Amino acid sequence: MPDALLEVTNLTKIFPGIRALDNVKLTLRSGEVHALIGENGAGKSTLVKILTGVYIPTHGSIVLEGKEISFKNAIEAQQAGIVAIHQEASMFPELSVTENIFMGHHLRNPKTKKLDWKAMTEQTKALLGRMQLDIDPDTLVKNLSVAKRHMVEITKALSLDAKLVIMDEPTSALTGREVEDLFRIVRSLKESGKAILFISHKFDEIFTICDYFTVYRDGQYIGEGKVAESTEDQIINMMIGRSIDQLYPEHTPALGKEILKIEKLSQLGAFKHISFTLHEGEILGLFGLVGAGRSEVVRTIFGIDKASEGTMYLEGKAFMPKGAKESMRKGIALVPEDRQKQGLVLKMSLTHNISLPVLKLLSFKGIITRSKEERAYVLEHGNQMEIKSAGYHVDAETLSGGNQQKVVLAKWIGTKPKILILDEPTKGIDVATKAAVHQFICDMAAKGVAVILISSELPEVMGMSDRILVMHEGYQTAMLDARKCTADTVMRYAIATVSQEAAHA
Amino acid sequence: MPERAPSSLLKKALERRELTLMLLLMVLLVPITIRSPQFLSGENINRILNDMAILSIVAIGEFLVILSNGIDLSVGSIIAFTGMACGMINESYASVPPFVLLLVGMGIGLLMGLFNGVLVAYGKIPPIITTLGTVNIYRGLTFVLSKGTWVTAHEMSPSYIGFPRTTFLGISYLLWIAFVVIAVFYYFSRFTRTGREVYAIGGNPTAAKFVGVNENRVRVVVFLISGTLCGLAGALWTARYASAVNEMATGFEMQAVAACVLGGVNFSGGAGGIIGVVLGTLFLGVVTNALPVVYLSVFWQTFVQGLIILVALALNTLSDQRKSAKLLAQRRG
Repeated sequence: MPDALLEVTNLTKIFPGIRALDNVKLTLRSGEVHALIGENGAGKSTLVKILTGVYIPTHGSIVLEGKEISFKNAIEAQQAGIVAIHQEASMFPELSVTENIFMGHHLRNPKTKKLDWKAMTEQTKALLGRMQLDIDPDTLVKNLSVAKRHMVEITKALSLDAKLVIMDEPTSALTGREVEDLFRIVRSLKESGKAILFISHKFDEIFTICDYFTVYRDGQYIGEGKVAESTEDQIINMMIGRSIDQLYPEHTPALGKEILKIEKLSQLGAFKHISFTLHEGEILGLFGLVGAGRSEVVRTIFGIDKASEGTMYLEGKAFMPKGAKESMRKGIALVPEDRQKQGLVLKMSLTHNISLPVLKLLSFKGIITRSKEERAYVLEHGNQMEIKSAGYHVDAETLSGGNQQKVVLAKWIGTKPKILILDEPTKGIDVATKAAVHQFICDMAAKGVAVILISSELPEVMGMSDRILVMHEGYQTAMLDARKCTADTVMRYAIATVSQEAAHA
Repeated sequence: MPERAPSSLLKKALERRELTLMLLLMVLLVPITIRSPQFLSGENINRILNDMAILSIVAIGEFLVILSNGIDLSVGSIIAFTGMACGMINESYASVPPFVLLLVGMGIGLLMGLFNGVLVAYGKIPPIITTLGTVNIYRGLTFVLSKGTWVTAHEMSPSYIGFPRTTFLGISYLLWIAFVVIAVFYYFSRFTRTGREVYAIGGNPTAAKFVGVNENRVRVVVFLISGTLCGLAGALWTARYASAVNEMATGFEMQAVAACVLGGVNFSGGAGGIIGVVLGTLFLGVVTNALPVVYLSVFWQTFVQGLIILVALALNTLSDQRKSAKLLAQRRG
């Protein structure tokens, strides 16, 4: 086995209240495609951000070609030979392929100091030729397909003489043919002695292209091995193989009448033919990996996005909201995935954030006549969530992630919803707050509220839900009874290794 | 969760732009008064306030637009068109009472603001582009309306020209109107749903959408208010300066924006308050009026105003940067 190109040991990254990475290790060798595998939140992205100089690790060591390194910024990482190809290409759409490739390291005529476009175009042609790519160097990047943009990014990595190329979900936006092309290039990179760190959720791809794999779970290193010597079962077990070590609050479902019925709900390019029913007092888990279309489904139910097909019935009546206003009036609340971008107005005080959805109740003919009631209202719901802050007058941006999430929850419980939709309510928050959120969800269900819970954490979905709807790339692959299924089954439906009858039904 | 460190009274005061401005004003007044004791005489204060009344009305409209993460560059042109229209009506129909002229001005301004708002909200044209277009359209319409001529003092009725100067309880009508506008919009920004929604849209349009705020409606409303207030300002302008000229209020949008920036209004929306804007206006007024006192030629006035805007913007950016650096430090650990 050749010497390691990159050796990561005892790497830890702590964010306030959360250990994103806990003493992990990773060994990469030249001429090898290495898969980094783990559920959402396993710490993969954090590791990539540390390797590319975006985050600074709390402690631990990274050794590149025998030398200990620590990057202060992304440029240092690039200069050291580590280049990441991002999920969303970070390119300049209005510039040509050549200009993009040489951005930041332009070639100059040594005498006149003028930019030497002729030489740069020649080199670009040579690089593209080496990758057998049929792209004109003068094309503007905005006129290229997503796949071709990926290729250009990889070409750029080559021009930088990268030693390690990191690919984070590189195939998520590509078609079958394009994936083939990408793999061909990955193989040629490998032959030219580069190391490739390949992050993917798709097992067929991992088994096709990767030589080695490393598995992380909950920020911890679980194990590694040769792909050829392992089976899918073994890897899945490593991904999920935990006993449900966290205790979830007791929840005995007392199902009331059916409140929501959804039939063949679809949205072009996001999800297709989702059907389910929801009862009062029920907690329905919605599970799937990134890109499965979970958030899009609930956004459509809430009226933020439009459905392209399908019907919904709310308490027996046909229902197709045109916006949040309408669905809120009908008793639906959605706690969105990204609390900073979708859940809160960061520059507003906690008071104003919490009262925002119910201003109508607090005002008369548009004038907020009940400031005293507003304060009482905020106090009641804020204290119920046990928000820790310097007071309700401070801006939301001063709070920690967990407390921000509590503000978002407080903001929605006051609307007295009949259906409460929670999209990743415990993402990135500390253990204590997590437990509080779990208790809150069970309390709501006990009061007869119907809950839809989206989570990327399998134990959470299993521990909290009554039933679990599993999605894979926009399709509903299973509806399981949470008490009768195993984590293994759920994960198999999520990565769709079991029959996809449901998907094509 | 880390509690906020207890800060000294001075530090707290510096965090609030309103208090900083008051302190600065006082610091500024000391040398001015030493040099020229009559600067703080009742008469002079009254003059400064009257000078700034029209700006404060316009700045409040501009404030609401900036608060929604927009900008209204057309304010000067709306003032010119409405001012010209009021002057010409007064010239032809001297019997129309002044307060009706104010209403006419507001009506025309409302329509012009509505046009801006509809283009921004439903045409999805960025505010800066929309109003860059309408600033010329409205100025052009002024020339078309007047056919390039002026309305001079002796063509206008004494009741109209005298209106802003008429006093009630020792205070001019002009000032009373400014006070009422300030009070109404202080109330609007703090105690109405729409006011609260302007903050929400400016601070985070996505989060606002998730609670059912109608973004288009809010965008139309802020431009409509700005237009209406400019119409009011135009009617008052013609009367106060006793003439309606085609070039009136050229560049006035810069002063309105300056008052907002000075008052600590966040240029990307979502934060700021009316009190700050009023103090910002006052600050500009004191500086402008003090220039002759410190023997600085009036020709320097524009230069000094520009300097003040730069310093205020730099201060805003600096405090924003410090804030986000603090948050980032927490996050990066």
